[in-house]
Amino acid sequence: MCPKTTGNMRMKKLLNLCASGIALGAALAVPAQAEMLKELGKPEGALSIVAWPGYIERGETDPAYDWVTKFEEKTGCKVEVKTAGTSDEMVSLMNQGGFDLVTASGDASLRLIAGGKVQPVNIDLIPDWKRVDDRLKDAPWHTVDGTHYGVPFMWGPNVLMYNTEVFKTAPDSWDVVFNEQTLPDGKSNRGRVQAYDGPIYIADAAMYLKAHKPELGIENPYELNEDQYAAALELLKGQRQLVSRYWHDAMVQIDDFKNEGVVASSAWPFQVNLLKADGAPVASVVPKEGASGWADTLMLHSDAKHPTCAYLWMEHSLNSNLQSDLSVWFGAVPSVPEACTDKSGMQTAEGCDANGLKDFDKIWFWRTPTSKCEAGGCVPYHRWVSDYIAVMGG
Amino acid sequence: MTDHAIFAPRAGLVARGVDWVIRHPRMFTFLMILPIVLWLGIVYIGALIALLMQSFFSIDEFSGVVQHEFTLKTYAELLRPSNFDIIVRTVVMAGSVTLASAVLAFPIAYFAARYAKGKWKALFYIGVMLPLWSSYLVKVYAWKLVLAKEGILNWVFAKLHLTWALDGILSLPVIGGNSLSVSYLGTFIVFVYIWLPYMIIPVQASLERVPGPLLEAASDLGATPRQSFRMVLFPLALPGIVAGSIFTFSLTLGDYIIPQIIGSGRLFIGQAVYTQQGTAGNIPLAAAFTVVPIVLMGFYLWGARKMGAFDAL
Repeated sequence: MCPKTTGNMRMKKLLNLCASGIALGAALAVPAQAEMLKELGKPEGALSIVAWPGYIERGETDPAYDWVTKFEEKTGCKVEVKTAGTSDEMVSLMNQGGFDLVTASGDASLRLIAGGKVQPVNIDLIPDWKRVDDRLKDAPWHTVDGTHYGVPFMWGPNVLMYNTEVFKTAPDSWDVVFNEQTLPDGKSNRGRVQAYDGPIYIADAAMYLKAHKPELGIENPYELNEDQYAAALELLKGQRQLVSRYWHDAMVQIDDFKNEGVVASSAWPFQVNLLKADGAPVASVVPKEGASGWADTLMLHSDAKHPTCAYLWMEHSLNSNLQSDLSVWFGAVPSVPEACTDKSGMQTAEGCDANGLKDFDKIWFWRTPTSKCEAGGCVPYHRWVSDYIAVMGG
Repeated sequence: MTDHAIFAPRAGLVARGVDWVIRHPRMFTFLMILPIVLWLGIVYIGALIALLMQSFFSIDEFSGVVQHEFTLKTYAELLRPSNFDIIVRTVVMAGSVTLASAVLAFPIAYFAARYAKGKWKALFYIGVMLPLWSSYLVKVYAWKLVLAKEGILNWVFAKLHLTWALDGILSLPVIGGNSLSVSYLGTFIVFVYIWLPYMIIPVQASLERVPGPLLEAASDLGATPRQSFRMVLFPLALPGIVAGSIFTFSLTLGDYIIPQIIGSGRLFIGQAVYTQQGTAGNIPLAAAFTVVPIVLMGFYLWGARKMGAFDAL
């Protein structure tokens, strides 16, 4: 009898462990204060990075795009990459540990800081910090109370992509995707526009309302009180009647622009570049209301095993062909403005502008909406999720 | 003290161990099945139970942190209109896909079981199995191209001057839409295509087992073809149809790729689980959604067993 009982006990313990392990991944861990590195040691010979697909290229996909090999030769740090498809995956990988760096977006970076999973970065150890775009140096998604928790990596806007045969002149407002109207070619926009299928898209609606319904008093589209939030949902419910499919997969959206008769939608410069390269009649614009966007930051794990290599990589990311070539490869904007023009890679001033460089001030960078906001009592993200599901099911 | 065995105990730890196991047959059986039980118990059932336990927790409305206290609140959330819609939508889709697969599969399976011989039979098997050899994603994307507004099917309809018929179908409420690839009808067509082989094979197997003389006897006794189908063939083939329906029903219930690529953007259960656990971090609700197909399939399998489906597999 005895072994059976212990067996059960062990099983229970194991299950508890499993359950709490899963929960930990989702919940915020208790913040722990990590010490900032004071000086660089000897390179440890290895470096492991959690990154978005396509972010760390060593010339294996296309020999022209390589920003790893030279770094490895120079420092002796062997770079290992673990790709992650979503911000949540990144957070959970970092919670598991065993990595040095992560390219965290704005909807993950603050969670990592709050969870104590990343350590402050000593910018004195990164000589080329001065090259970083001034507007990004103290960005709120990686700087908390004046402490830097990372080095800006790449950013980009969610642009309005449109069909140039239908729109002879660029549409100047998101109105074309939010409200039913007759497009310049004389047909209605019903069934010919798309919207993003992530709950974060509610912020795009709020951004539109900020400009068109000032009486709502929206200050920040990621901090909405109940009334503002309800108005945004109302707008999106109206949009549901116009949208025949929400886009999620960049490749599906490209196909929808080619074969499904879609003529306007929010999109990434990535799709615009691919469609243009394919000869499709599309262009993109950041309308007068502004646009949402993403900004990624290189962050250092609080228990990083290779801190010196990590610092060397942060320096490398700011002072090499990385910024220039990666921004071409990914359709993004470098965090180092000089990379657009200094010929360190393939990027050009025109390319940077096409990817959104000039629109910085019009961009609201993605952040995780929380109930703690300046105005107080904002609607938290998990409600965005359930309500956006309801909108899409409409 | 000492066993009065025929042979004296052998020396050495391994040899004694082996002897001991051989003398205790039940222990031997136990050791043999232990790895399988551990695999099923820990990896399979254990993971499931760890997930199911989550569904009895809830998420704190204010901070979004999971609270580890027993509650049925999360299950109550399933009944909210937007969530309940997702369940109804998925079940109705799974049901109609299953019915359509059965109707389509029966004549094909009947032909293969009764008439196809030699190389025709080989051709049948290749025809049914071939789609299973190619990647699921490739097939779904191919269907997206076929069903698109400027796709092949529309072109065919236009050439046949039948665009009005297609538009008529698409203008129907609920199942219609802007084009086939963004309507429920499109999702339905692709589901049926993808899961059809899983229906044909068991139905064919059960039809093969219906003795030909039975049908002859039925007509000798004066049954019309319709009567012999209804009273002899169909009841005997039913276990096969039910067995196939287990596949079509459960696979449709859990799929989250097809409705994402072909469809109107309205969520199915699989997508709801994906969104809730992935982007929302609402694991309790995702777990509660997962319980729905498990419970549904539990009842379904119980019913299928009563109809003798497991004898046809």
